[in-house]
Amino acid sequence: MNTESNPVPESFDSQPIAPAAISPTQPFYWSVRRELWENRSIYIAPLAVAAVILFSFLISSIHLPSKMRAALALDPMQQQELIGKPYNFVALSIMATAIIVGIFYSLDALHSERRERSILFWKSLPVSDLTTVLSKASIPIVVLPLLAFAITIATQWIMLLVSTAVLLASGQSVATVWTHLPLFQMSLMLFCHLLGVHGLWYAPFYGWLLLVSGWARRAAFLWAALPLLAIGVVEKIVFNTSHFGALLASRLTGGAEGAALTGSASMHPMTYLALGRFLSSPGLWIGLAVAAAFLAAAVRLRRYQGPI
Amino acid sequence: MTVIEARGLRKAFGATIALDGVDLRVEEGRILGLIGPNGAGKTTALNAILGLTPYQGELKVLGRNPWTERDQLMRDVCFIADVAVLPRWIRVSQALDYVAGVHPRFDRAKAEGFLAKTTIRSASKVRELSKGMVAQLHLALVMAIDARLLVLDEPTLGLDILYRKQFYDSLLNDYFDRSRTIIVTTHQVEEIQNVLTDLMFINRGRIVLNCSMEEVESRYVEVTVHPEQVAAARALKPIHDRQALGRSILLFDLMTLDKVNRQQLAAFGDTRTPSIADLFVAVMGNPAGAAQGAPR
Repeated sequence: MNTESNPVPESFDSQPIAPAAISPTQPFYWSVRRELWENRSIYIAPLAVAAVILFSFLISSIHLPSKMRAALALDPMQQQELIGKPYNFVALSIMATAIIVGIFYSLDALHSERRERSILFWKSLPVSDLTTVLSKASIPIVVLPLLAFAITIATQWIMLLVSTAVLLASGQSVATVWTHLPLFQMSLMLFCHLLGVHGLWYAPFYGWLLLVSGWARRAAFLWAALPLLAIGVVEKIVFNTSHFGALLASRLTGGAEGAALTGSASMHPMTYLALGRFLSSPGLWIGLAVAAAFLAAAVRLRRYQGPI
Repeated sequence: MTVIEARGLRKAFGATIALDGVDLRVEEGRILGLIGPNGAGKTTALNAILGLTPYQGELKVLGRNPWTERDQLMRDVCFIADVAVLPRWIRVSQALDYVAGVHPRFDRAKAEGFLAKTTIRSASKVRELSKGMVAQLHLALVMAIDARLLVLDEPTLGLDILYRKQFYDSLLNDYFDRSRTIIVTTHQVEEIQNVLTDLMFINRGRIVLNCSMEEVESRYVEVTVHPEQVAAARALKPIHDRQALGRSILLFDLMTLDKVNRQQLAAFGDTRTPSIADLFVAVMGNPAGAAQGAPR
């Protein structure tokens, strides 16, 4: 790109500009950045949650020395649970935030550009509908899990350093905290869980939400939720079964595959085994195929869509 | 070389026919004004050319099919759909970054040069800019793209006269050259009279007039007729007849007159080339005139 800062060129005569080489990934990269410019909640929301938790943790760390003294009396398992508790709480809170942000983002992603008519501007640039839809899908499926991971890890380390400082200042040993807090294992497990379950396993949900946001003229949330409810109701009345509801529930809760991935990860050597089982489970690949179908439909839809 | 070539272009929305067999050909280096009443099919025609809507019939833009080859086409074609389509949340600097990031023919220094002449600050968000400034920003982005075809659909709608004038001045002085082609639609026809090289009237999905501005000058004559000559002048079947300040102003299509009658016109009163606006009213309000101005 031409970055020279030549403020007012004297002549605007149009000598042919040699087209700058643009690699195929560049429009995708800039489209993802554009999403982050437009939707700053993607990183602000988890950061805010982390800040609130850190703040509360700082205040509560006055009680840390006495709590640690009491913890010494407990058996190791209970000690580990007690010490790990705030760290798990951070991870869970940021995860929940990321899911909420992901849902709202996806429902708005292909809707807002039509509402504010800017779709006509985006379509005047050489960025394909496929690139645009994929960049929007990558936010909840890849970017948000990675962001949640990075913010969680950073918060946990700050908490550990604060604890260490407080304990050292009060003249206590920090060995208990450091030995009972498997931060590296927790991080690995968190990483697998976020990318595996929140990204890949939930991908069909996000695909569906993006498709609805590209189709609905208004009330995207209702259009996303009501058809799912309707299918469940029809199935119940016609066949008196609830397979669809069970399917959704198992997808939402992560299913057996997701549980295997997360549950066994605390036992370090098992993680790779569980990861392999997760990656080879048909549920994951069926879900990804469904997500791909939804996204393909969203790409096709965007070709025909103008402003609303 | 031919930039746009259409044959039998059709488009229907349900029972409404927006384009009814349009044939058109636009050569390189022209500035074509596409003029028509609301709902005439202007925007539909432009959308077909830009690959924003599927159509029936044959259409080639820069040798490509705009619907199936849209992604490649957009490297050489640029458009401003309306003044209000820049995203309101984007910062001026971000807009520059983005277009520079995705467009191989964007010259960032050039865009910054245009913006330096305005009061637009690069840290501002689009929502903080006035409508005229948004149009300036959009034009700066578009003019810095080395496109071969630029399509402007009502680019100055809702702008005050200063911005409108400036808009067309920049376009002509800083952007247009013989290797580029511009298509513009607008309702403010009198403002682009001196900008255009070609004129096309469209009504109810059909082209009713298609000619160069030189042809307009040589073909149409407006006569402010002396009161005593009115009856004789009317006998020559003007395509339009209006009254202004108590005088009759008659518009003649010279193609409907023989040589003797043409020479007579000067004797009826003052003659001049009609404005696009008057010609538009005449051709649109006159089915006979419309038939005579059929596509070439």
